[in-house]
Amino acid sequence: MFGWIFLGVLVVLVVWTIVMYNNLVTLQNQVKNAWQQIDVQLKRRHDLIPNLVNTVKGAMEFEKETLSKVIEARARAVGAQTVSGKAEAENMLTQALSKLFALVENYPDLKSNQNILQFQEELTSTENRVGFARQFYNDIVAQFNIKQGVFPSNIIAGLFGFKEGEYFQAETVAKEVPKVDLSLK
Amino acid sequence: MTDIYSQQKRNRRLTIILIAAFFIILGIMGYSIDSYTYGTLKATGLPVATIVALSLASINGLVAYYYGDSVVLFSLRAQQLQFENPLHKRLHNIVTEMALASGLPMPKIYVIPDPAPNAFATGRDPRHAVVGVTEGLLNNMSREELQAVIAHEMGHIKNQDILLMTVVTVLVGTIVLLSDWAVRAWKFGGVRTRRSSRSKGMHPLIILIIILFALLAPVLSRIIAMAVSRQREYLADASSAEFTRNPAALANALEKITKVASPVSRAHKGTAHLFISDPLHRSLDNKEGLLADALSTHPPIEKRIERLRRMAYSYGGKV
Repeated sequence: MFGWIFLGVLVVLVVWTIVMYNNLVTLQNQVKNAWQQIDVQLKRRHDLIPNLVNTVKGAMEFEKETLSKVIEARARAVGAQTVSGKAEAENMLTQALSKLFALVENYPDLKSNQNILQFQEELTSTENRVGFARQFYNDIVAQFNIKQGVFPSNIIAGLFGFKEGEYFQAETVAKEVPKVDLSLK
Repeated sequence: MTDIYSQQKRNRRLTIILIAAFFIILGIMGYSIDSYTYGTLKATGLPVATIVALSLASINGLVAYYYGDSVVLFSLRAQQLQFENPLHKRLHNIVTEMALASGLPMPKIYVIPDPAPNAFATGRDPRHAVVGVTEGLLNNMSREELQAVIAHEMGHIKNQDILLMTVVTVLVGTIVLLSDWAVRAWKFGGVRTRRSSRSKGMHPLIILIIILFALLAPVLSRIIAMAVSRQREYLADASSAEFTRNPAALANALEKITKVASPVSRAHKGTAHLFISDPLHRSLDNKEGLLADALSTHPPIEKRIERLRRMAYSYGGKV
């Protein structure tokens, strides 16, 4: 009799362990997928920038510094490897780009240029995509980390050595508002 | 407040109930025709009408499941995107953004040539989903507002509302269409006795079917309302806020949509429940209470706006 009860408990425990483990693995893969989505969108942004710079270069002779900052930030973002390194480099790029677009406002020719308008839409969309992909990634990471933290799934997570997912931090740098020199007008 | 998982479960259950009910209704109809023609069914003979009715139900059910989105798109005259048009390009960008925010695969996008701003989602699952918007929506909304509306539609896809709504459209749409026709035939054909002799009028069997359909019509619109329910719209609004983190934009969009008075011209009772805001502008939508809750497909828009604005405050966003 006791043997049967023991066996029953054992079976329940094994099944429960398998379910918990599979849940964690699923979440881990979702985190990876979500990260790949961010990567795809970052690449899209990197590909857009050289064209943008070429389009505005002629009209924005005086803003060489801003332009070179954008190019520099892009190069750094392309080279970044780790999650935190990427986050930092991408934030720099976001800042440089928003400064560039703030300056475009000063050039009526550029502002009404059809190409620029299209670029602006494409870049807005890319910025949004990066933002939304990051939002989704962070939500999944939060789910994954919570699952690893709470009882009883934390036992399984510890047993099989799951590691916490790393958040893609954005707000720290990007909150700074780009300064625009109005005396240029 | 129902959460998304119980909503998904509820949707699956309702879809099955609906298809079963459809089979039973058509089966009963076929059976009654059979028993009418044969006197009683005991007097042998193949139950032709029952077989015809049930196979009709099966075909209709399969069409609803696999081609429901095509039926909806066809009946609304939906067109594919033209990427030369910057507004269409922007729409495509926004849908891509919302697909990322919701973690769903990219849906197909269609545009309906209609000046009234509105939008809908259809399809059978997230991998076979369609988002449709009217030209009026593209022309009238700001980028943020359009984004919020698309997010609402992605919410319907994520909550798995679309299969149920599409099946409702095709199955019940078939019967509503038949019953509309039956009522019209009843009003203008069946009762009018231009010639004094009744025998030259309609076959009594046809009159019977007409009466049956005429009686079914109010029951069916009730079923649509029950299946579609107002809760679904509130939940999709909440999903929109979750994806965009900007509930105020959806509130503004809904406000704009109501301000335009003209209804969507090709929408009818069969497709109205698919849209973000009732395309027929029925007065019942603006009422509250038990009757309106049970019979209307959409919650009052002021109520939705109010809920969204409250969310906006709790997010700390601008209103």
